[in-house]
Amino acid sequence: LWKFMSAFQQCLSPWKFQHPLSQQQFAEEERQWEATEVKEADRVPDTMQTPDVPPLTPAKDQFQEELVIRPLHSGDIYASFQFRTMWDTDFLRGSKVSHYRLFPKSLGQVISKFSVRELHISFTQGYWRTMQWGQPFLPSPPGAELWVWFQDTVTDVDGAWKELTNVLSGIFCASLNFIDSTNTVQPSASFKPLGLGNVTDQRFLRYAVLPREIVCTENLTPWKKLLPCGSKAGLAVLMKSEKLFHSSFHSQALHFRPVCQDWKCKSTVWELRQTLNVVFDLHTSGQGKRGERSLKCYSMVIMQACVVFPLQGELFELSPTTPLLSQAVVLGDRRTYSVYDLTNQATFGQTRSLNMLLRWRAAESGDMLRPLLHGERYVAGYGLQTGEIHTLMYNNHPYRAFPVLLLDTVPWYLRLYIHTLTVTSKGRDNKPSYIHYQPSKDRLRPHLLEMLVQLPPNSVTEVTMQFERALLKWTEYTPDPNHGFYVGSSVISALVPSVVAMDTNSTRECPLFSSFFPCKEESSYFMRVYTEPLLVNLPTPDFSMPYNVICLTCTVVAVGYGSLYNLLTRTFQVEEPSPGLAKRLANIIRRLRGVPLL
Amino acid sequence: MQAKAGQFFSSGHTNNWAVLVCTSRFWFNYRHVANTLSVYRSVKRLGIPDSHIVLMLADDMACNHRNPKPATVFSHKNMELNVYGDDVEVDYRGYEVTVENFLRVLTGRLPPSTPRSKRLLSDDHSNILIYLTGTSRWNGFLKFQDSEEISNVELADAFEQMWTKRRYNELLFIIDTCQGASMYERFYSPNLMALASSQVGEDSLSHQPDLAIGVHLMDRYTFYLLEFLEDIHPASTANMNDLFKVCPKSQCVSTPGHRTDLFLRDPGNVLITDFFGSVRKVEITMETINLTAPMVHLAVESELKTESQSYVDQLPVAEIIHQKPKQRDWHPPDGFILGLWTLILLVFFKTYGAKHLKHIF
Repeated sequence: LWKFMSAFQQCLSPWKFQHPLSQQQFAEEERQWEATEVKEADRVPDTMQTPDVPPLTPAKDQFQEELVIRPLHSGDIYASFQFRTMWDTDFLRGSKVSHYRLFPKSLGQVISKFSVRELHISFTQGYWRTMQWGQPFLPSPPGAELWVWFQDTVTDVDGAWKELTNVLSGIFCASLNFIDSTNTVQPSASFKPLGLGNVTDQRFLRYAVLPREIVCTENLTPWKKLLPCGSKAGLAVLMKSEKLFHSSFHSQALHFRPVCQDWKCKSTVWELRQTLNVVFDLHTSGQGKRGERSLKCYSMVIMQACVVFPLQGELFELSPTTPLLSQAVVLGDRRTYSVYDLTNQATFGQTRSLNMLLRWRAAESGDMLRPLLHGERYVAGYGLQTGEIHTLMYNNHPYRAFPVLLLDTVPWYLRLYIHTLTVTSKGRDNKPSYIHYQPSKDRLRPHLLEMLVQLPPNSVTEVTMQFERALLKWTEYTPDPNHGFYVGSSVISALVPSVVAMDTNSTRECPLFSSFFPCKEESSYFMRVYTEPLLVNLPTPDFSMPYNVICLTCTVVAVGYGSLYNLLTRTFQVEEPSPGLAKRLANIIRRLRGVPLL
Repeated sequence: MQAKAGQFFSSGHTNNWAVLVCTSRFWFNYRHVANTLSVYRSVKRLGIPDSHIVLMLADDMACNHRNPKPATVFSHKNMELNVYGDDVEVDYRGYEVTVENFLRVLTGRLPPSTPRSKRLLSDDHSNILIYLTGTSRWNGFLKFQDSEEISNVELADAFEQMWTKRRYNELLFIIDTCQGASMYERFYSPNLMALASSQVGEDSLSHQPDLAIGVHLMDRYTFYLLEFLEDIHPASTANMNDLFKVCPKSQCVSTPGHRTDLFLRDPGNVLITDFFGSVRKVEITMETINLTAPMVHLAVESELKTESQSYVDQLPVAEIIHQKPKQRDWHPPDGFILGLWTLILLVFFKTYGAKHLKHIF
C-alpha cells in the first residue's frame, strides 16, 4: 500500500497530507556505508608444541563505521558518524577478560569492574532545533548526560555509581565527578534498557545530567582514542576539532548495551556505539547562499589504512551519482539513500580519493516535514523569589493521539510547589494517567517528576508548576554566581505513530543509523525529545560584604577599646624640656664649682 | 664519554612530572590560559607524556562562545601558533580548579575514587615542574577564580609536606603573576628552585592584544619563555642559567627573579630538560628471560539458552499505568468531624460547668 517513487535523487515520502510539496525537498541524500567485517582473528600459532594445551578461542570482534550526511531544510548540513564495535565475550561468568582486540581496554575494564549492563553517555554543545532541522537520529540534551543500568548482581548501586562517575571523569576529561546525589535520580518508568534483557527493576538505573558541562577538544581526544584505530585511519580521520566545534550543534556520545548476535537471538554480544552528530552552519562555513555547496569541511586525504580493516581514503567533493542505493526506514519515514561503499574499490574508480559535491536543485524548497512531537520549556515570572516553569508539548499529528512520558529533574534549590501543577490541553484539564513525584531534600536529592500524558491530536499541552528560589549558603555559590544556575532539560519519551511499517526484525543487516531504538510493533516507533535547559538566577548576596563588615567592626572595636584603655591606664608626668647647649655647659661648670644649677 | 655518562646519571631522577595551573576565569583572562597551554605544549613536545602531566584550566577559552575561532587558543597575534592543539587533555577544568584541589594534588591526599589521570603519582626520584599563572593584586597570595586565594605560606607548607613524604627529588617552580617573587619568599624545603616574572612591588604585564579576538593573548614573561623553549630540543644542553636570563627588563618591563639558595646542585649544571623534558633511562641486558606460559582459556561450553531473548518494550503504557495502585483520597465519613467537635465541646462544658457556654454564644 505504499508506493514510492524510485527517482533516486529525490527524497521519498508517500503520504500527501504530511508534506504536500515533497518532491522538491532535499536534493540528495548521500550516505557512506561501509560494513567491514573482520573475520575471525588469526589463530595463535602453536609455538609451544605441547599437545595438551588447547588452542585459544579467538575473539570474534566486529567493527563497522558509517557516516550519514543529510542536508537540512534550513541549508545546514547534518553529519552523523557512527562507529560500532561488537565485543563477543562473557565477562559475567567470572572469566577474566585479558585479551582486548577491537574493544577499548579502558572501557572494558571499567564495565567489568562495576558490573555495568548498559552505559549511555553523551556530551553536547548547542541545542537541537527540532522545528528547523527535523528529528535527529540520536537525541541528546545540552551538556553531559549519563545513564547507566547496572547488573542485578550489584548490591550497592549508589556506591558503584559514585565510583563509576569518577572513573569516567578521568577517562573523558570531563567534570563528571560533580555528579552526586544532588543531581542523580532514579526514574521509575523512563529510560528502559535499550539492549536485550528482561529485567527492568528500576532500582538498578541511575540518571544524571550536567547542563553546564562544556564540550571541547579535550573531550574529543579520549573519545577518539576509544576507536580501534584512533584517529589515524577510517572515517575518524575526518574529525578535525577546529571544524567540528565551529558548528551550531555538536554531540558526541557513547552507548554500550547487549544486543542479539544473530537473527535467532539465542546469545548476546556487547555492542559499543560511538556517535558524533554535527550540524554545520550555512553561514559560518563560508557559503552564504545555497547553490553549490562543496563539502569543504572534510578536506583530509586518508592515505593509510588501519591495520585491521582495509579502508581507503576519501577526499570529499562532489559526486552526483552512485549505482548503489538503499532504502531505510528511520524515524517513521522511508527514504532512499545513496550509498558509497568505501570498502569497494569500484567507488573510487581511477583515483584513490572520492570527492563529493552537494548541489541544491531548486533555489527554494518547499515546506519541510513538520516533526510530530516537539517540546519547549521556559521560566515565567519576575523577581528573585518565585517563578513558574512552563513545559509545552506539541503534537502535530492531525488525527492520532499518543502517550508521552515526561521526566523532569529540578534541583533542590528551586522549591517546587507541586500543588500548583496543572496539565492543560486545548484549554481543558488533561489528567495524567500516571504520576510519580519524589520531593527533594535540601542538599541531598533533587525533585523528580514523571508523568504519563496522553497528547490529543493537533494540540499543545502545557504543564505548569510554580516554584520558589532558595537562598544558598555563601560557600555553595559558584565563583560566577551572577551567570545563573542551570536546570537540566526535560526528557519527553513517546511512542509516535508511524506512517510506514517499521521493521521489527531487529537483527537484519541494516544501516547503523536506523537500528538504534528497538522496535516492537510496526505501527509506531519510539522517540525521545529533549527540551531546552533553563537558566535561573538565584538571589545572590554581595560577596564583598563579609570583608567590609570585618573591616568596619575591627576598626570600631580597635578605636573604641584603644581609646578607653588609654584613658583608664595612662598616667601623666611632667617633663622638663632639655636645656640648650650653652646652658648645659654652664651647668657642668657650676656643678664643678658647687654652685646651684640654673 | 665518561663525562657525558657522568652527566647522564648526575641528576638522580628517573621520571618527570608537570603540574600546570591556570587560576583565572572569564574571557578577559584569555592570556592566562594561553600561558599555561604554551608551557603544556613545550613540555609535551620535549617528551613528558599526558599521563605525567596534571593540567588545570579554570575556564574554557577554546570553546567559549566569544571565541571567533573555536577550538583554538592562540599565543601570537595574527593567529600564528595554536597552542591548544588537537590532542590536549585537561585533567581539572572549570570549577574543579580550587585551592583545595591544587593542594590535594600536590600532597597526594585525594579521595580514593579519584582517577589516575588526576593524581600526581610522583616518588622520590621524580623531578617536578610546577607552573602557576593568574592574577594577584597584592603581595603574598595568588587568586583562584576570583573567589579564593592561596598564600605563599600555604604553598611553602605544601612543598614541605611533599618533601617529608618524599614526593619529589627536585622541584622547579615558575610563577607568572604580579609580584610573583613574593610567592617563593617563604619556601624552606630543600631542592627547590623558583622563578617568577616580577619582583615584589612590580606588576607583570601582558604582551600584545589581537584585534580579531579582542583580548590580550599572552603575558610577556611566558611569551619570551615560550620563545626560549621553542629552541630547546630533547638533546639540548642548555642549563638553568640560560633560563634565568629569559626576558630581561628591557623586554619584560618587570624584573624576573629567581631563587636557588635551597637547591643543592649548582644551577649551571642543571639541564633545562631535567625539568621540561622526560627522562627515559634504558637498561640493556643480554641475557634471555623465559616468559611464563600463556593463560589458557578453557573452552567454556556456554549453555545455549533455549528461549531467545528480546528487547525490552520502551514505553509499556499499560504496565506503567498499573505500576502504582490508584490512590484514592480517603475522606472521613460525612459529619464525622462535626460530631467530633460537638463531643469535645460537650465534655468541656460538662466538666467546667455550663456557665462558660454564654461566653461562646
